[in-house]
Amino acid sequence: MQNSEERTSPQTKSILRFMRLTLNALGVPLLAVLTAMLVGGVVIALAGGDPFRAYLGLFQGAFGSPKALSETAVWASPYIFAGLAVAFAFKGGLFNIGAEGQLAFGAVMAALIGYALPGWLHIDLPAFIHIPLAIGFGALAGALWAAIPGALKAYTGGHEVINTIMMNYIALNLTSFLLNGPMRDPNPLNVVARTPLIAESARIPPLFEGFRVHWGFVLALLVAGLVWWLLWKTTLGFEIRTVGANPDAAKYAGINVKRTIVLTMAISGLLAGLAGTIEVTALNHRHELGFSIGYGFDAIAIALLGKTHPLGVVLAALLFAAMRNGATRMQFLTQIPVDIISVIQALILLFVAADAIIRYIYRIRARDERVVLTRGWGG
Amino acid sequence: MTIVLEAKNITKQFPGVLANDQVDFDLRQGEIHAMLGENGAGKTTLMNIIYGLYKPDSGQVSVRGEPIEIHSPKDSIQAGIGMVHQHFMLIPVFSVAENIMLGDETVRYRWALGGKLDQKTVAKRVRELSHQYSLDVDPTALVGQLPVGIQQRVEIVKTLYRNAQILILDEPTAVLTPQEAEDLFRIMHELTEKGVSIIFITHKLKEVLAIADRITVMRAGKVVGTVKPKETNEHKLAAMMVGREVILQVEKKAAKPQEAALKVDGLKIRDFRGLEVVGDISFEIRGGEILGIAGVQGNGQTELIEALTGLRSVAGGKMLFAGKDVTGCSPRTLTETGMAHIPEDRQRHGLVLPYAVADNMVLNTYYLPPFGVRGILQPKAIDANARKLVQDFDVRTPSPYVPTSKLSGGNQQKVIVARELSRAVKLLIANQPTRGLDVGSIEYIHKEIVLMRDLGVAVLLVSAELDEITALSDRIAVMYRGQIVATVEAKKVTREQLGLWMAGGHPEGVPSRRCPEPVEGCCA
Repeated sequence: MQNSEERTSPQTKSILRFMRLTLNALGVPLLAVLTAMLVGGVVIALAGGDPFRAYLGLFQGAFGSPKALSETAVWASPYIFAGLAVAFAFKGGLFNIGAEGQLAFGAVMAALIGYALPGWLHIDLPAFIHIPLAIGFGALAGALWAAIPGALKAYTGGHEVINTIMMNYIALNLTSFLLNGPMRDPNPLNVVARTPLIAESARIPPLFEGFRVHWGFVLALLVAGLVWWLLWKTTLGFEIRTVGANPDAAKYAGINVKRTIVLTMAISGLLAGLAGTIEVTALNHRHELGFSIGYGFDAIAIALLGKTHPLGVVLAALLFAAMRNGATRMQFLTQIPVDIISVIQALILLFVAADAIIRYIYRIRARDERVVLTRGWGG
Repeated sequence: MTIVLEAKNITKQFPGVLANDQVDFDLRQGEIHAMLGENGAGKTTLMNIIYGLYKPDSGQVSVRGEPIEIHSPKDSIQAGIGMVHQHFMLIPVFSVAENIMLGDETVRYRWALGGKLDQKTVAKRVRELSHQYSLDVDPTALVGQLPVGIQQRVEIVKTLYRNAQILILDEPTAVLTPQEAEDLFRIMHELTEKGVSIIFITHKLKEVLAIADRITVMRAGKVVGTVKPKETNEHKLAAMMVGREVILQVEKKAAKPQEAALKVDGLKIRDFRGLEVVGDISFEIRGGEILGIAGVQGNGQTELIEALTGLRSVAGGKMLFAGKDVTGCSPRTLTETGMAHIPEDRQRHGLVLPYAVADNMVLNTYYLPPFGVRGILQPKAIDANARKLVQDFDVRTPSPYVPTSKLSGGNQQKVIVARELSRAVKLLIANQPTRGLDVGSIEYIHKEIVLMRDLGVAVLLVSAELDEITALSDRIAVMYRGQIVATVEAKKVTREQLGLWMAGGHPEGVPSRRCPEPVEGCCA
């Protein structure tokens, strides 16, 4: 009865489907990056630079040596976490602009656990307890901070875009107060707003001796896989995606839409919190005011460029990291200011967000599936 | 007779679908030419080409023998073509005159800040048109306060105001009561007598036979034929549309009602403004019977169904389902108790359109074994379920993994029907289960509903189509302004009587329920 196509196992089919979808999904973002680089090249040329040398410098700076690769991975770690945070919220139909604040709050909490906990407990904690504790509390802080606008959205209809922006201000000013006041590094030589160094036992070790790239990068990749699994393989993920795609149908299907919204924001905030936590525990070993400025906003660009898919987010985060990291060498080689990288990143975002431009230039037909950014105000 | 509009050899290709395949169509002066066809047959595509919303791949549209290039609705209005869409394009807070001049404003003192709207001249012209074609439209009335039938007339006046000589009416009777439809037909005749030519798009066979001068039937992008009403009948037309014999009459045995599955007692529902939209409704449905709720859309049926299915909170009253008090229960509890719901708006409530067919088939059971085990989705069980349902319910889809948005309306509805009826249910609530569907799908869904009844399921059917109500129901309740104004045995009532009740006429012998206290929007 069955023909040969029917007999193909579901696994084979889903792999084929996955490959096709991936290719489709990559189309516009890749072309957006390419177009942005072209336009960026024109800008460089207009500014009197040599775009080829500039891009060569950029490439060398990002991938040209083991150290360059290590630094790109260092940049990529918080980008992956924060990008996942924003992408996860998008999947649930929510626009989390508050990654910036959630990230800062996670970092504060991780630093506090990192330097103060052994003192409070009067014991030296082993690393295998202290590191997970610092990471866990940092993540939790981010989750709580995001759950507030989530609850406001679910139970009062207050729009999450407005409320996450407001929560950013609160988080950043609160952080400033803490780092200048109760949590300030008491070292008499210290003149800036920062915490003391965290205990050795709370530090995530580097992957290789002599390089800065750390286990946080591996954790980021693992978490990306975990997010993918959660979204597409679990009933919770099904609920989150359903609420994101069609809240009316979700309600019809018996899903608790309000609870799901709060939970989606909390998980999104948890991921953003991890971004801050990793920077404190693996890299800076303290929270210095302003270290994370802009990560939360770059994360929006990364999530959009990655088409809100975890794999896409990892690739987009690596690209942004490479550009940030390679920019210094580019400036060194060609005297073109690193700010050009911001211009190119802005262009990428522009082309991804207004994808009609890219579709028009390259004659790509529009697809049905669109990224749901956010629903109507108060909706 | 002169041919006022001719479309020759129109071909239009959409990705994967040949929507119009060398279609020829002509319209004579002063005739009513009905376009009949299933959804997706290509009639809307053809009309959109004539109206300038789509550009044909090949072919030519001529008006009064002159080939014309139509790039936008503006060109077609210029050519004297007017279209009344199924969903009115009116602004409720504007007056009739303001709506009519919208986009073509008559202005005085143009030099001063763009000028002043010349309401008087417009109103005068509207009165003239209204008088000329016996339309009876008051230019000063606010559109939002007019009944649907009159709003439709405003749309017609709007096209006449722009000197339309060719009218396209897209499913005009879908929103009307039988009486309002009669009025519309009278107006259509009035218009054609004065030389206006009308293209009438519909899927209701009875109407076509009653009013059209000629009938063109389309199927799968092609014109099957053009016939005169005298030369044909309902069966022949249906067969032309579907391409095979269709059973129009629903075959069903006498109902064998069992004990009550759902008891509703004094249910009250308020809308977001606190106005009572359903006031003090009581009824019961027994297993093995179909209770039809007839009524013009917007008389509280939607709110009633939302309340029964847990999507809307109630302001008072009680619901007993399977012996349990389920007042205020969540949709999930009701689903688990054995309620199936085919929602009114399938794309908004019934489906997640970007989802694969397989996912939509477990939309409300995804968390239950075998589909969800300890919070993990089971792709194998979901796949097996989808393949079985696609087969059992004859869902036409290339694979269970295409996005549901790619399916035709009929097949989308079948996905919902398959999902809801494949569970063990005690009560089926079907709200407009066949709206916008083709004859073949309607036939199929009607059979499924009767089958459920015969299996002992209680069925609550809501439909604005009187034919559907009378064909399926064992008992009929008529809703008017949030009240059930009559409940009768289906066999003992005529269409005319039902139509009268739907329009607010008081049923003889059945005392009309008055609102307990005067509330705005109810009995007002």
